[in-house]
Amino acid sequence: MTQVSMTVNGKAVSGDVEGRTLLSSFLREHLSLTGTHVGCDTAQCGACVVHVNGEAVKSCNMLALEADGSEVGTIEGQANPDGSLNVIQQAFQDHHGLQCGFCTPGMVMSAAALLKENPRPTEAEVRKYLEGNLCRCTGYHNIVKAIMAASGQDVSSIAAE
Amino acid sequence: MYNFEFEKPSTIADAVAAMGGEEAQALGGGQTLIPTLKQRLAAPSSLVSLTGIPEMRGVCVEDDGSVSIGGATTHAAVAADAAGNYPALAALAGQIGDPAVRNRGTIGGSIANNDPAACYPAGALGSGATIVTNNRQISADDFFEGMFSTALEEGEIITSVRFPVPQAASYQKFLQPASRFALVGVFLARFADGVRVAVTGASEDGVFRWSEAEQALSKEFRPDALMDLRINAMNMIADLHGSKAYRAHLVSVMTKRAVEACM
Repeated sequence: MTQVSMTVNGKAVSGDVEGRTLLSSFLREHLSLTGTHVGCDTAQCGACVVHVNGEAVKSCNMLALEADGSEVGTIEGQANPDGSLNVIQQAFQDHHGLQCGFCTPGMVMSAAALLKENPRPTEAEVRKYLEGNLCRCTGYHNIVKAIMAASGQDVSSIAAE
Repeated sequence: MYNFEFEKPSTIADAVAAMGGEEAQALGGGQTLIPTLKQRLAAPSSLVSLTGIPEMRGVCVEDDGSVSIGGATTHAAVAADAAGNYPALAALAGQIGDPAVRNRGTIGGSIANNDPAACYPAGALGSGATIVTNNRQISADDFFEGMFSTALEEGEIITSVRFPVPQAASYQKFLQPASRFALVGVFLARFADGVRVAVTGASEDGVFRWSEAEQALSKEFRPDALMDLRINAMNMIADLHGSKAYRAHLVSVMTKRAVEACM
C-alpha cells in the first residue's frame, strides 16, 4: 500500500491505496463520495467524469496514485456554498435533463468543463463535447438544452423531444 | 486488474532506470493500457508513469522549423498548442476519442501501442516524423512494424516525436462511432519533394503508406489523379463494421477528400 494525498472539492484528503486502485474507487470506496458513478468501467460512458486540476477526465481510467498532489473536483463539490444547486444543476432540473439520473454526475462535470473553456457554445459544440458521455434515457435533447440554458442562452426555440 | 507497483519518476534518466526492472511497463495516459490491464490481458509487475516528467511534455518548434512534441504530451495539449504551426496534426489530435480521453491520452502512448486503428500512427508516418527515444532516433518508416508492433526495444521510452511541417496536410477520419477509433483514416502530407499518404484502420498489418497514390499525387496533385487507382483489399481488416472491400473503398474516398482539403 502507498499513501496518496490530494485535494478533493477543496478539502485535503489522503489514504492508503494499491497501485491498481482507480481514482473512481478511491473517491467512492475510500472517501464515500458515491456521486461519481461507474457505469461501463471501460472509459466509454463518461458517468465517472471528474475534474483533475481543472480538466475533465474519466476517473475509472486513471489510477488514484496518478492523482497524487492534484486538485480533484467531483459532483459533490458542484453545489453553491449554501447548498443550493449551481447554474448547471438547476438547468438540468428546469429542462428535464435527466430521467434515471445515472449519467447525470458525468454530464454535469463535462458540461462544467465545456462552459469553462467555451462559455457560449453552439448546440453543435455541446453535442460534440458530450461525445464521451452516454445517456440511455433522454435521447440527449434536454441535456443539450439544459447546458445551453446554463450558458445563458435562449433555448425557447430548441424543441423539447 | 492484477496489482502492480506504481512508480512516477520526474526525469527521463529515472524513468529509464525504473524501466530496467523485471516486467516493468511504461504508462502514458493509460487510456488504452488501463482497460487492457482490467481485462487481464497484461500483468506487469510495475507501471512506470511518464506523465510526471516535465521535459517530456509540451509542443515546441525546432530551429529547422519542425514541430517537436514531448512523448507525454496529451492529445488536448497538441490540439491546442500545435494548431498554429501544424494545423493538420492538431486537428488529428482533436479528433481522438472524446474530450476526457484527450485530457489524459498521450502521443507517446498512442505511437508506442501502434493500434491498427489509432490516429497518431497515420500522422507520424504520413508526416515522415522522427520518433526520438531515450537512446536513439527512429524514422517513422522504420518504427511501425505491424499491428501493435514497433521498433521499440524492451525498456525504451519515446521522449519526443519530431514532425517536419509540410506545405499542406490533411487528416481524414471515417469515424467508427462506438469505439471513436478510425474505421479508416488517411493522413496526407504534401512536401516540396513529394506527397506522403499514410492509412490507418484499414490493414491487418497496421498503419501503412499507399505508395501508388503517393506517386500519382506527387506527379499531379489533384483528386482526379487517384481515379484509376484501386488498393488491393486482400490484407484489409474485415469485421462487423466493414468488409475488406468496404475498407479498401474507404481508403480511396478518404484519400481523395484529403487531397481536396489541401487544395
